Amino acid sequence: MSGLTVRGISKRFRGLQAVKDVSFDVPEHGLIGLIGPNGAGKTTTFNLIAGVYAPDEGEVTFGGQRLNGLRPDQVCAAGIARTFQIVRPFGELSVLDNVLVGCLHAEADVSAARRRAGEIVDRLGLGAKRDQVAASLTLPDRKRLEVARALGTKPKLLLLDEVMAGLRPTEVDQMVAFFREINRDLGVTILLIEHVMRAVMALAQYVVVLNHGEKIAEGTPERVVRDPAVLECYLGEEAV
Amino acid sequence: MLKLWLAEVPPRGKLYLALLLAALLAAPLFVDGYLLSVLILVFYFAYLGQAWNIMMGFAGQLSLGHALYFGIGAYTSAALYVHLGVSPWFGMIAGGAFAAAIGAFIGALGFRFKIGGVYFAILTIAFAEFTRILVDHLLFVGGSGGFFLPISGRSSNDLWTLRGAPVMFYYVWLAFTVGVLILCRALLSSRLGYFWLAIREDQEAAQALGIDTFRYKIFAVMLSAALTACGGVLYAFYNNNLFPSAIFSINRSIDMLLGAIIGGVGTLMGPIVGAFILTPLGETMTALVEPLKGLGAKLDGIKQVFYGLCVVLIVVFQRRGVWPWLWRRLGLDRGEGR
Amino acid sequence: MPIEVYLNQIASGVLTGLIYGLSALGLSVIFGVCKIVNFAHGEMMVIAMYAALLIFRWLGLDPLVSVPIVGALLFGFGYVMQAGLINRLIDVPDHMQFILLAAIAIAMVSGCLMIFGPDAQNVQLDYAYDSYEVGSLLLDKVRVFAGIAAIAVAGLLAAFFRWTWIGKAIRACGDNITGARVVGLNVKHLFALAFGLGSVCIGAAGCILLLLVDVQPFLAVEYTLLAFVVVIVGGLGSLTGALLAGVLIGVSEALAGLLIQPSLKSMFSFGLLIFVLLFRPQGLVGKRA
Repeated sequence: MSGLTVRGISKRFRGLQAVKDVSFDVPEHGLIGLIGPNGAGKTTTFNLIAGVYAPDEGEVTFGGQRLNGLRPDQVCAAGIARTFQIVRPFGELSVLDNVLVGCLHAEADVSAARRRAGEIVDRLGLGAKRDQVAASLTLPDRKRLEVARALGTKPKLLLLDEVMAGLRPTEVDQMVAFFREINRDLGVTILLIEHVMRAVMALAQYVVVLNHGEKIAEGTPERVVRDPAVLECYLGEEAV
Repeated sequence: MLKLWLAEVPPRGKLYLALLLAALLAAPLFVDGYLLSVLILVFYFAYLGQAWNIMMGFAGQLSLGHALYFGIGAYTSAALYVHLGVSPWFGMIAGGAFAAAIGAFIGALGFRFKIGGVYFAILTIAFAEFTRILVDHLLFVGGSGGFFLPISGRSSNDLWTLRGAPVMFYYVWLAFTVGVLILCRALLSSRLGYFWLAIREDQEAAQALGIDTFRYKIFAVMLSAALTACGGVLYAFYNNNLFPSAIFSINRSIDMLLGAIIGGVGTLMGPIVGAFILTPLGETMTALVEPLKGLGAKLDGIKQVFYGLCVVLIVVFQRRGVWPWLWRRLGLDRGEGR
Repeated sequence: MPIEVYLNQIASGVLTGLIYGLSALGLSVIFGVCKIVNFAHGEMMVIAMYAALLIFRWLGLDPLVSVPIVGALLFGFGYVMQAGLINRLIDVPDHMQFILLAAIAIAMVSGCLMIFGPDAQNVQLDYAYDSYEVGSLLLDKVRVFAGIAAIAVAGLLAAFFRWTWIGKAIRACGDNITGARVVGLNVKHLFALAFGLGSVCIGAAGCILLLLVDVQPFLAVEYTLLAFVVVIVGGLGSLTGALLAGVLIGVSEALAGLLIQPSLKSMFSFGLLIFVLLFRPQGLVGKRA
């Protein structure tokens, strides 16, 4: 079985059940959305996949390889790259060098890696800012930089954590087009957490909905948004 | 190779660098013994600051106990030479390897147990102090009474056993200072260097990009420790006497990093600039208080008070160190100071 | 050796250790609230000792009596240092703050050297050789006084943090600076107060210690290191932890002097520090973070 499989993972933080018995599949070359209200356990799920935490129960496998207990760098070596919801640029390094660090994962030669970093930076529209230090970027640009850096590692699976938040609608459309392109042309599997429903509806072939750490629904985007349980959890949140 | 090395240095920078190097190469022809000793002190600070900078400036791991590695180098080579007649160059290999091993041990403990920042710094102090007291009681290296190398006649220079006149040591220190600068420049533009910078900036993000942070941090500690130990070897053979209370003291650790921080942490020229500022500053203070000589130990006090206050002022007004500022002032600005 | 010898050593170690604990409390308060590792700790302590020495020489006041005076002096010093200098540099990285305080320490210890010279100096008290007999124990009067004074100052500090409004506000700053700003606390002022209060502990500890040991500029570094050991072994921010760890170190030093070579005594302290950092980083008493 290639692709990512998540089977019954749970994580508890000092009595707080952040994720409970969540299972889903991300097929190879798929484009899957992970949605849910704030505090639903989406980012924790990402962290469980990416090796930041080990799940208390359950199993995560990728391309047949068991990921439980691997460190983040080992998960990356297995072909999974992630972005951070709260962006983490290497502030003192230039935009290009940020991406270069990612590229060095896939490429031993520094000048070859620098060339590829340049291409990625250009594709994400950061070309004009390549020599600026990352700390000077605006938030939308930092989100792009997160994506660029992750792409540098030549991932098979890309975990995107709210990379569209704060972007203008036209920028969202550009990003959506970009992700569709790398998914189609490069065959990169994508799992994305997103609040911008416009992006999820446009991108995801399949959506998994979490609430209070549990999976409450899954299906095509069209079906999921009509699911009464999903509507309730979103409306319930807004009513507060 | 040289071309690559100077690739990012603007033309005017190359000129300054060449002039500085030429001046330093020719200096022994013109300066007296006192100035020569001051310049050796400058190299001492520049070299050790550079070695410390690998760990802190590149990989972001704060060590306040580098006197430990310095002392390991000094004592290992001195003991091998005095007891077995082994050349200091072999002593350097042994001392460097020993220091790297101890550095790896301390680093492994600290990083494995996730001791970060200030706590890691205190851990390094603790190991240095622990060793200081230990060596105080190691009688085969003289214990607290001090360990002395046989002093040579100053007429003949023997590079193989590092016995000779100050001029010989001047060139040895200069070679090491230039050597470590070249090494650091090469490291910074290598894969390893980029991984270090990423770890310094954000460990978690670095790890998410596939960098085995534990391993690369250990590398940084080992290299920094080994280079520092080499400096210890030179010091031992230049000064000919070693006292645990002076060699392993926390003040020595502070001295080592003061120049690098004042010059600019994480920059290549920072430790060198820092050394060129602090050493003459200290010497000037000495010269200024010269007329008050009768005061004895109190004299040293006056000098150090000014020294301390100057450092405070530099920290307050040049938070990122003097080099990034100087870089702009010299008209070398073409982006960030390296 | 008869058991009484050991018991006497332990008792005197306990009493000395209480002063170590009080001194470390100063470091702990400053780090806990301002997040500053005060590398000038020992230097401040030495200055307090010299202040008490001068007061003794000029006014004939017992160092214990001058605790409030020296405490007030150090409070002012600490407040000004935080308000005037460190508050401007709050957002600089750790190593910059370290170098700032290390440089201040260099200036301070050299200042003492300049004024007082390198020789050890002490106060001669008329009760210096008196002692109390408790059962088979023989307790030095000065040590008993010193221990009681240390507990008293530490107790006052604890009461201040627990019951006064300002004390609570300072604690709030230490726990969550953003939250403290949101509810409208003047964080910079409170930081300066905290640094001042930490300095009071240092000042008091310096005065009390002067009863037992001679003052010398170069001992400053040792006091700094000792305070590090005590704070980390006891657990950061824990008052009882600091006092207990101080006692532990005091006793271990006293026994090391008896059982093995006295010069090896601090090796034990640093060994303990390394052990605690690795296996119980929250300190012996502290809660797991």
